[in-house]
Amino acid sequence: MHEAAPVLQDFPLLFLVPLLPLIGAVWNGLAGSAIQRRFGRAAIHVPAVLLPAGSFAISLWAFLALAGQPHGTALYNHLWTWLPVGTLQADAAFLMDRLSGVMALTVAFVGTLIHVYSIGYMRDDPHYWRFFSYLNLFMFAMLTLVLGDNFLLMFVGWEGVGLCSYLLIAFWWRDREKAAAGMKAFVVNRIGDFGFILGVFLLFWGLMTTPASRPVAAAHGGKAAAAQHEEGGAGTCSATGGTSVTFRCVEQLLQDPVKRDRLVNHDIAGVGLITLVCLLLFVGATGKSAQIPLYVWLPDAMAGPTPVSALIHAATMVTAGVYMVARTHFLYTLSPVAMTVVATVGALTALFAATIGLFQYDIKKVLAYSTVSQLGFMFLAVGVGAYWVGIFHLMTHAFFKACLFLGSGSVILGCHHEQDMRKMGGLRKLMPITAVTYFLATAAIAGFPFFSGFFSKDEILWKAFDSGNILLPGGGMILWAIAAVAALGTSFYMFRSYYMTFSGEYRGAAGGAGGPALQAAGTDPAHGPHDAHGPHDAPGALDAPGALDAPGSNVGRGPLTPPPDAPGSLDAHGPHDAPGSLDALGSNVGRGPLTPPPDAPGGHGHAHVPHESPWSMTGVLAALGFLAVAGGYVGLPHLWHLPNAFEAWMEPVFAGTAERVTSAGFGHGVEWGLMGFSIVIAFGGFFAARWLYKDAANPVPARLLASGSRLVQGVHRVVFHKYYVDEAYDATFVKGSLGLSRALAFWDTRVVDGLVNLAGTIGCAFSFLQGAIDRVFVDGMVELVGRAVQDAGARIRRIQTGRIQAYVQGLALGALALVALAYLLAW
Amino acid sequence: MTDPVVHAAVFYVLAAFTVVGAGIVALSGNIVHSAFALFATLFGVAGLYAYLSADLLAVVQMLVYVGGISVLVLFAVMLTSGLSDTGHTNPAFRLAGGIAVLLAVTAGAFVAASAVPTGVESAVAPTTGAIGDALLGPFVLPFEVVSVVLLAALLGAVTMARGWKKGGAR
Amino acid sequence: MTIGLPQFLVVSGALLALGLYAIVTRKNAVAMLMGVELVLNAGLLNLVAFSRYGGGLDGQVFALFGIVLAAAEAVVALAIVLQVFRAQRSVDAAKASQLKE
Repeated sequence: MHEAAPVLQDFPLLFLVPLLPLIGAVWNGLAGSAIQRRFGRAAIHVPAVLLPAGSFAISLWAFLALAGQPHGTALYNHLWTWLPVGTLQADAAFLMDRLSGVMALTVAFVGTLIHVYSIGYMRDDPHYWRFFSYLNLFMFAMLTLVLGDNFLLMFVGWEGVGLCSYLLIAFWWRDREKAAAGMKAFVVNRIGDFGFILGVFLLFWGLMTTPASRPVAAAHGGKAAAAQHEEGGAGTCSATGGTSVTFRCVEQLLQDPVKRDRLVNHDIAGVGLITLVCLLLFVGATGKSAQIPLYVWLPDAMAGPTPVSALIHAATMVTAGVYMVARTHFLYTLSPVAMTVVATVGALTALFAATIGLFQYDIKKVLAYSTVSQLGFMFLAVGVGAYWVGIFHLMTHAFFKACLFLGSGSVILGCHHEQDMRKMGGLRKLMPITAVTYFLATAAIAGFPFFSGFFSKDEILWKAFDSGNILLPGGGMILWAIAAVAALGTSFYMFRSYYMTFSGEYRGAAGGAGGPALQAAGTDPAHGPHDAHGPHDAPGALDAPGALDAPGSNVGRGPLTPPPDAPGSLDAHGPHDAPGSLDALGSNVGRGPLTPPPDAPGGHGHAHVPHESPWSMTGVLAALGFLAVAGGYVGLPHLWHLPNAFEAWMEPVFAGTAERVTSAGFGHGVEWGLMGFSIVIAFGGFFAARWLYKDAANPVPARLLASGSRLVQGVHRVVFHKYYVDEAYDATFVKGSLGLSRALAFWDTRVVDGLVNLAGTIGCAFSFLQGAIDRVFVDGMVELVGRAVQDAGARIRRIQTGRIQAYVQGLALGALALVALAYLLAW
Repeated sequence: MTDPVVHAAVFYVLAAFTVVGAGIVALSGNIVHSAFALFATLFGVAGLYAYLSADLLAVVQMLVYVGGISVLVLFAVMLTSGLSDTGHTNPAFRLAGGIAVLLAVTAGAFVAASAVPTGVESAVAPTTGAIGDALLGPFVLPFEVVSVVLLAALLGAVTMARGWKKGGAR
Repeated sequence: MTIGLPQFLVVSGALLALGLYAIVTRKNAVAMLMGVELVLNAGLLNLVAFSRYGGGLDGQVFALFGIVLAAAEAVVALAIVLQVFRAQRSVDAAKASQLKE
């Protein structure tokens, strides 16, 4: 029988893992400004890096302690009872089981490396302290999310990372475009969070309205329950009610057949309750993990500093959704519909994002869509019930994607904040360490054999193919096919980005004499002829491809600036083109104001050559590059008859639901075949990209774009504009909500306000009447009384003469009256 | 005291002495005369106490009132004014004087008309021991309270009589 | 003619009336005090008389307390009179009316 409830082992230091970054965040957040001014940057980043490092050390310690325990053990640290509401009780408690252990370790490790990297990357930023404070705060939120032992604490972290992502994306908030990107991320995340919390509510409603058929603790009995009771009250699950919010207790409760039947069979509007719960939770996951339809914020989030992109949008935050689905696997396995939806959405997102990635020119956008795509793979994995594979890919992805992002950051920094790949090239000679690590990570993500990505992605593909839980016609094979195409795309666009960036000659904004020669070669496929706009170009000379090309040529480059050396520069865009030309129009689409940033490309009068980044960045790149290669060896395929440490490690966590995850029953031969196919895909993409983009020497892409048929043009146009999803959202949701708001405002101002005003007017009239009555009658009475009292007082006060003898006289008269009264009465 | 006539004569002498003294206190134009008349009145009251066989009270009346308070009043008279200048009745209160007389008349009429029972005379016995027992028995609390009151009056009188020194300090 | 309670009450009433008259009519504060003493003595006489004619010993005990309180009252009152005299160079009670409203 499965052991749903882990044996809890007290580990009192666990709370330090989230707490240490929080201390750093508060410290730098409150005192950072003054510290930076007085003691310099080192005083900022030393604690800001050491505290997450301490966090990582404690995670590692806990992880090793956990590894020493028998299967089914979890480290537990109860802090205080947080929300005792009726029979429902939520504790501030942290739990590290094998799943959250891996997550915490990954998050803390990659996070710490990114902190180190930021020392170099943010070196020149005046708000250095603020950046580190946010980063630490993010670490706190993320570790709370991962280690929290119940839904509510997870939600705290869930919201916390959302907040931090907003803060960090909009870090350079003076730029309106970036601030808007932060806002977009926040709003989209809120939509998802709303789904998440609705799902939690629905789940507890379902659990609490169902009586337990028997004491659950006794039901699975045995050692687990006994040991749990020895642990004392703090960590135990309530035996009777469905009222605890911890994951393990819910899992326990769901072993009660009555509750399970209730959740599975109770329909709300024709959808099973459990399906509804899972789908709502998955809405949260799509927001946080950038899946269709809520992925739109992630590419825009590249406006933030590159370490942020790496930390939040590649390695940690976006994986929260995957983690959540894996964490609540006991729910998803109960609902085949939800599993199918998760897997399908994952596969479609993988393909969708991969196709968009094919035509992007902004290096960070490529990586962003690649992230969305890879997250789709992870959801595909957890959707088909291969939870450990999803987490495995999550981990390897954290390594290689962080490495890629940080590599791109290194490139961007080296090229003076140039993000357009058409302006790079040849950086391998100039930035060797970056180039090598970037290549390794690219190979990993593309799925080259023996790189980490190969093991995880191939396992996902195989599990999808082999899944028996998918309700689609054709089962998992359809998903496999979609994912395989996505994998091919991944390999292609990643190597495309590598070759465009690192091979050939440098095409950067080298003002002066060196530039024209490079650019005039016209070999850059998408770039050459159209880049040569200059004063000598006739205003009407722009052909259609050039117009198409134009928006891309400015994407991510920051606001358009007239370079000082404009007339002679071939790099001169915008203002020197004919006014009203397609290019000028396109280049301003969706962009901020035309303010010249200090580091505007082309703004430097002198020639500059990209340079290698400082050691704090390259060191991190090397570490991550190593892991991108080696990180996969913990999860070798079964097929090779080698030990799969990762699956064995994760096995107890998912043991409770393993029986509900079924296989379609394909044999080893098929698996070998698929593995071979995966390798073919990886190399296919690689060779295609190499052929087309290496050294910017192949004219095919340019020719294709320049003279292609209407079909090619159309496809390119649609994909390049990201399928117009942003525009569609803008037209539907944004415009729709604006229109709705306007309609409501009209209703408000005309009807509601009219009623309110009418009521107000009537009220005024009444008030006036009442006021009159008040003044005349009520006040009259009151004043009458008052005046009477005053007059009486004025008269009576004369009695009070201050003469004792008068008083005594009164006393005597009173006594006399009393005597007379008594006398009369007695008579 | 066997003879009721003598008995009554003694009472009337004492009563007359008392009431006449009181009349002088109330009506005399000379404050010094009033003071000495008060002396006599109090003496008469002491006699009446003795007549009522309240031996202890008679002695106390002699000691406290006659020996203490009267002397005090005499001192006050001499300290505060000339011997006779302010003794006159207050003309503003002639009416009050009439009322007071009316009160006396009314009281007398009341007494005469309502046939107050003469009451039963208690046995004649020394009261000192019994009063002493009562003071330390059922009346011990008032006794102690009165002692505190006396102390307070003493301190208060001393404080007030010392007066205000120049410079504001009491 | 037997002497009983009514005779004592008449004497007491006379004392009370004269005392009140003194209090009300006298200009001199010391003379007013004398009136107070008369009134007090009237009361005490009543107490002792009631005690004698069927009241038990309590009346005499109360009279004793009354004497004590009278002494205290006299002391304090005379001290006050002295102060008033010092302040106003007069003991006219009608003039000591600064405390009136």
